[in-house]
Amino acid sequence: MIRAENLRHVYKTAAGDNVALDGLNFTICDGEFVAIIGTNGSGKSTLAKHFNALLLPTGGKIFVDGLDTSDEKNLWRVRETVGMVFQNPDSEIVAAIVEDDVAFGLENLGIAPEKIRERVDLALDAVNMSDYKNFAPSKLSGGQKQRIAIAGVIAMNTRVIVFDEPTAMLDPIGRREVLTMVKRLHAQGKTIIYITHFMDEAAQAQRVFVMEGGRIIRDDTPRNIFTDVKEMKRLGLDAPVAAELAARLRRKGFKLPPKILTADELAEALQ
Amino acid sequence: MIKVNDVSYTYMRGTPFEKTALKNISFDAARGEVLAVAGHTGSGKSTLIQIVAGLIDLQSGSVTIDDLPVADKKIRRLVGIVFQYPEHQLFEETVERDIAFAPKNFGLSDAEISARVDEAMRQVGLDAGLKNSSPFELSGGQRRRVAIAGILALKPKYLILDEPTAGLDPLAKENLLHELFGAIKRSGVTIILVSHNMEDIARFANRVVVLAQGEIVFNGTPRELFAREEILARAGLEPPPITQLLRRLGINQIALTLDEAEKLIISRR
Repeated sequence: MIRAENLRHVYKTAAGDNVALDGLNFTICDGEFVAIIGTNGSGKSTLAKHFNALLLPTGGKIFVDGLDTSDEKNLWRVRETVGMVFQNPDSEIVAAIVEDDVAFGLENLGIAPEKIRERVDLALDAVNMSDYKNFAPSKLSGGQKQRIAIAGVIAMNTRVIVFDEPTAMLDPIGRREVLTMVKRLHAQGKTIIYITHFMDEAAQAQRVFVMEGGRIIRDDTPRNIFTDVKEMKRLGLDAPVAAELAARLRRKGFKLPPKILTADELAEALQ
Repeated sequence: MIKVNDVSYTYMRGTPFEKTALKNISFDAARGEVLAVAGHTGSGKSTLIQIVAGLIDLQSGSVTIDDLPVADKKIRRLVGIVFQYPEHQLFEETVERDIAFAPKNFGLSDAEISARVDEAMRQVGLDAGLKNSSPFELSGGQRRRVAIAGILALKPKYLILDEPTAGLDPLAKENLLHELFGAIKRSGVTIILVSHNMEDIARFANRVVVLAQGEIVFNGTPRELFAREEILARAGLEPPPITQLLRRLGINQIALTLDEAEKLIISRR
């Protein structure tokens, strides 16, 4: 479980204080799939880095399984619990061969070599990349590289995985590969925190945080959030096309049920 | 006009790692056109634009820009290229100096450079008040604009944009595309837009070339392309969400915008 209490983060810049997180309070339970959306500069990535103590609060607290992340003696346990996957796979991959890259984190934990081998094999299998274990990462597509980065986190066996815009640099096929993997990890019981600019991806979560100006201004189901087309526009975010088209048709006098989110629902309503 | 004629390219030729990136590519980009180049990772898009910009030497075929062969150094002044995530290449202390960097290397006068910086900032929708800010204090969307302005300040006649909106939030993306395409089109610059975002292609490109496994599998309007599902599938691309939605609603006509989709549905009522 992750709990934030009045979480604040202020960056000091030459131009003055920049309040990136302005007093957040929330609880994320084990096994939840939470998406975080918001425009650039709303605080999403700053928040992401607080989940495993890459950044520490400048005010308030964040607890991972009850452990205060700002207490240095909790650092390793926090990082054993929460893994991160970032936007750019090229800046995460460190080794010259795929399997070495996946093993990297484990080697740093001082785990026995045969145990490492076993966990690396399992992790590569989980992302369907076993055939590529002796490849150079530079020979892989963006989606494949991102799956290697995910395998690295799977090998670490963290219960929580934070994804910070993992598909931003990928083509449609790569995006689908990554999202499929994320949903599978969630089905296996992992807690997923998923930051994205793609609303169709966020719509797959169970719960969505909407961030604006360093605050969480909405915390609700994807359906309630994405069918509020006017609010999405105000925030500078996209609504799914089906919700947007439904809103337009209602204005033109179509009698449609409320909260249409998907193409299937709109098709049924128009029949 | 850009003329690409029968261009092929193979990486690591003559080694066991030989890999064909482009096969017999031919197409033109006319003056003032917005030509999209679409294809998934590994389709050859990046190799193609680097050849057109003169950054990779030709192996076979020919590329001419305003009748100059691409190997001619003069084309460096005609063609500007904005790579993916160009803001990673910002390094100067102020926005103004960053945008002025390349024009300075062209040996322009200070007055000319200053005028070009102002104009480029206007074209990308950057407030003139940001000139003395550090690029590193700006938002991601603004940094992207600074980087693009640095290329526009070179006043290229041909502009290659490689995934210019990747990683931007929907509003920043919308604003950037709107301002950029509005401003550039007015100035008559030819744009080659490399993208796998079919929505952006639908809205801004008048023609699209689709690459798959190093070959051109389509060359036509976005509207024609979205009706050809088999080509999109072969190229690993997806029709824009609005096209997919209409199809699900049993409408086989193509709409490029929500406005068009709305009209189609109302007309069938």
